[in-house]
Amino acid sequence: MRYLPLTPEDRAAMLNTIGAASVDDFYEDVPQSARLDGQIRDLPDHQGELAVERHLARLAAKNTTASDGPFFVGAGAYKHHVPASVDMIIQRSEFLTTYTPYQPEIAQGTLQTLFEFQTQVAAMTAMDVANASMYDGSTACAEAAVMACRVTRRKKVVLSGGLHPHYAAATRLLCEAQGIEVVELAPAIAGELELANHVDDATACVIGQSPNVFGTVTDLSPVADAAHAQKALLVSVFTEAVSLGLVTPPGEMGADIAVGEGQSIGNPLTFGGPYVGLFACTQKLVRQMPGRLCGETVDADGERGFVLTLSTREQHIRRDKATSNICTNSGLCALAFTSHMTLLGGKGFKQLAELNHEAACDLADALEAVPGVEILTPRFFNEFAFQTPVDAEAVLAMLDERGVLGGVRVSRMLPEAGMGNVILAAATECTTQDDIAAYAAALKEII
Amino acid sequence: MGMQTIGRPTSPVAAIGGEVQTVSGSKGLMQREDLIFEIGAVDKTGVDLPEPKGKASRLGGVTRKVDTGLPGLSEPEAVRHYMRLSQKNYAIDLGLFPLGSCTMKHNPRLNEKTARMAGFADIHPMQPQRTVQGALELIDELATWLKTLTGMPAVAMSPKAGAHGELCGMLAIRQALIARGEGDTRKRVLVPASAHGTNPATAIQCGFVVDEIAADARGRVDMADLKSKLETTDDIAGIMLTNPNTCGLFETDIKEIADLIHAAGGYFYCDGANFNAIQGRVRPGDLGVDAMHINLHKTFSTPHGGGGPGSGPTVLSEALAPYAPVPYVVKDQDGFHLVESVEGEASEAFGRMVAFHGQMGMFVRALTYMLSHGADGLKQVAEDAVLNANYVQARLKDVMTPAFDGYCMHEALFSDAFTADGIETIDIAKALIDEGYHPMTMYFPLVVHGAMLIEPTETESKQELDRFCDALAAIAARAAEGDEAMKGAPYLAPKKRLDETRAARKPILKWTPPAPEAIAAE
Repeated sequence: MRYLPLTPEDRAAMLNTIGAASVDDFYEDVPQSARLDGQIRDLPDHQGELAVERHLARLAAKNTTASDGPFFVGAGAYKHHVPASVDMIIQRSEFLTTYTPYQPEIAQGTLQTLFEFQTQVAAMTAMDVANASMYDGSTACAEAAVMACRVTRRKKVVLSGGLHPHYAAATRLLCEAQGIEVVELAPAIAGELELANHVDDATACVIGQSPNVFGTVTDLSPVADAAHAQKALLVSVFTEAVSLGLVTPPGEMGADIAVGEGQSIGNPLTFGGPYVGLFACTQKLVRQMPGRLCGETVDADGERGFVLTLSTREQHIRRDKATSNICTNSGLCALAFTSHMTLLGGKGFKQLAELNHEAACDLADALEAVPGVEILTPRFFNEFAFQTPVDAEAVLAMLDERGVLGGVRVSRMLPEAGMGNVILAAATECTTQDDIAAYAAALKEII
Repeated sequence: MGMQTIGRPTSPVAAIGGEVQTVSGSKGLMQREDLIFEIGAVDKTGVDLPEPKGKASRLGGVTRKVDTGLPGLSEPEAVRHYMRLSQKNYAIDLGLFPLGSCTMKHNPRLNEKTARMAGFADIHPMQPQRTVQGALELIDELATWLKTLTGMPAVAMSPKAGAHGELCGMLAIRQALIARGEGDTRKRVLVPASAHGTNPATAIQCGFVVDEIAADARGRVDMADLKSKLETTDDIAGIMLTNPNTCGLFETDIKEIADLIHAAGGYFYCDGANFNAIQGRVRPGDLGVDAMHINLHKTFSTPHGGGGPGSGPTVLSEALAPYAPVPYVVKDQDGFHLVESVEGEASEAFGRMVAFHGQMGMFVRALTYMLSHGADGLKQVAEDAVLNANYVQARLKDVMTPAFDGYCMHEALFSDAFTADGIETIDIAKALIDEGYHPMTMYFPLVVHGAMLIEPTETESKQELDRFCDALAAIAARAAEGDEAMKGAPYLAPKKRLDETRAARKPILKWTPPAPEAIAAE
């Protein structure tokens, strides 16, 4: 067994030192009726690397990858290029195989990268402070809602009709468990500003998204003003972090809390996870934040160093009075994010955003030229909704037959919204002119 | 000029020693490395991108006003930055990492290789399901392993970490109570004092109230206290119990506890953080468990990554299975498909916890690990983990103070009773750093004074354990003698002891440019 160093002789010697007859002695506290005889049945025995790799390769081969052909699927996860050095950095053993940095004297590598990550996220979102990451964007959104309720001592949150439906579901779940009222506005392609009409003196926060799930970008400043007039908070959500290079960021719109998905930077699609939730807020709210925070300090020699800090917010100290039950963050995905951002730099990040936007504009131009296609999203970054005369599920299936993964049908996420003919399509720096031409040509054949 | 024939000296000569001060701030292989904000530049980049064409924008004027101002680095600079930082970290690949309750075992490299296969890493969660049949099959196969190993009928795969799995289990319990019409009346959750902090925090997140139960002198649930808490039963939602518990002990009365909770109308949540100790030897399903999360990053070797990502699939009993969250994978004659909405066959589901289908990257790694070990190997894993912990306990029991009598499971727990006045658990932990080891878990569980919780895991050789025990025994002897020098440890780490109080008093949570006058003064 290649991962087990003990030899039979070791085991015998160790049992002898302990004074036990066999390992069975250690399991004597297990009730007799619950002890298993022999080995668990119906599962295979151990296998060598070659056999295991073949097994996994067989499963992997049954999937169509985002690089196999023209690919336009988005809706909260995006196909971007990840530099080779990012994957090398995160596979460095000292980052990959270490724990949460509870012992800062031997974890300065992790801690310094988290401090850099926090600084980058704060700058990108134009917020005062950011934490060391959450599980993903959807759980960060749910945590933001309950944080807003703690801050305002109110128990109502209002979700825009453009909030990603999965984010809305995760938020509703956590809120309802805590007796928080959740008001969800009807799905609307460009209705973020409607939030301003649904805030009252019982509202803890309104949650708007830009770019929203339909791709619409919106300056949420009027919503922030309406919320603040009622002493409520604005939570500003994004699912495409690359948009922050070009689109008005949460901090420039007066957001109190900014949350989003960071997968787009440094992290592969991996069928939905692991991803990295971004969470930032104003300085005033920092002590109500969930999750890990890394802070600067000095060591006994007076030299700069970093530690996890403000842990009195957290479950391992505060237990039932903690701000959240979150324990791990998404450390290695945050490392991928921060190292990719370091490679990009501010100028490269902006350029990447511009390339994404231009690819989406090219895509929109090409699809708009197909008779019967109507682009529904009025202002967008790298994703938009469009309508065809045909049911979206059928359109996507026929595109798939032609080797084009054409996007996500809205009805998959919002079955009740009456948008059966609406497709979300995304383009990124990975999208080529040939991809776009292939999409338009295939769509023309279908509708 | 003739050739120089002497060459360079090849034997060291004695020289005056002492601490060397360097100009660079580096110390040999331990290189000084500043923040990227101090070494990078905003127009520097390590990524070559095509020039944008400057087309008309469709952003409608919703554009960023102030650029991020973030610095970049070229690739060689970036690689060095992270390599230098990496050398300031301890890691399981460098040595024994005996962090109790965390199961820091070897992370096989095959797992990393399979997780990076394009067929797993480069697929989108919202692709047509026809195009991801292999991914859905993998999730189903992993689910089968988890259900079989635990003896439980169902598993929710989407929770993103252990604490998120706790949330899943407790939300399933909440939903079951609502379905019984008792959602508003059954609010009390019993949690042992020794529990992980996530347990009470999770119960509160689900709208429950926490009622703490005491530990007995044997480190187990105090049955008399438990029974007294169950004198009233109509408000009982359930119990959250870790087994093996956080003292590293099997709860001997676990079946009676399960029976008492069920008789009281509540459910049994088991914190599965310590499943590594019993896999292949005990099935939680045979103990009366209703819900249990499994930390794939502990038991099934997915890397901890410096604090995540984890993965916390949660097995459920027949009683709770109908309330499992969406999405989940089912198999029919057409292959595998996802149930994504709370309707139809999932109409009783308690909802959706996350955007997509869970931590696929971790699923691939965990299944790779399971197939490598097989059912026979996983049982051996548990036995070796328990053997290693008992060996450590046996080797140290005369120089340290075992918290409880008898054998332990996968981790050995000591109190600080053996230390001289003035020497604390943290001093022992920091002294271990100088010996080249990551410290054990300290001051947890709370029921033991100055607790030191040591979990060696099964992937340590006897030689490594002996080396560790020799080092720790010597430190324990110094602690017993009251060696004041320990208060200054670590001496040999990249940093001296860090001032956490100062960090919390006036938090500095991001880099800010130095004030102009400070620059002028330099």
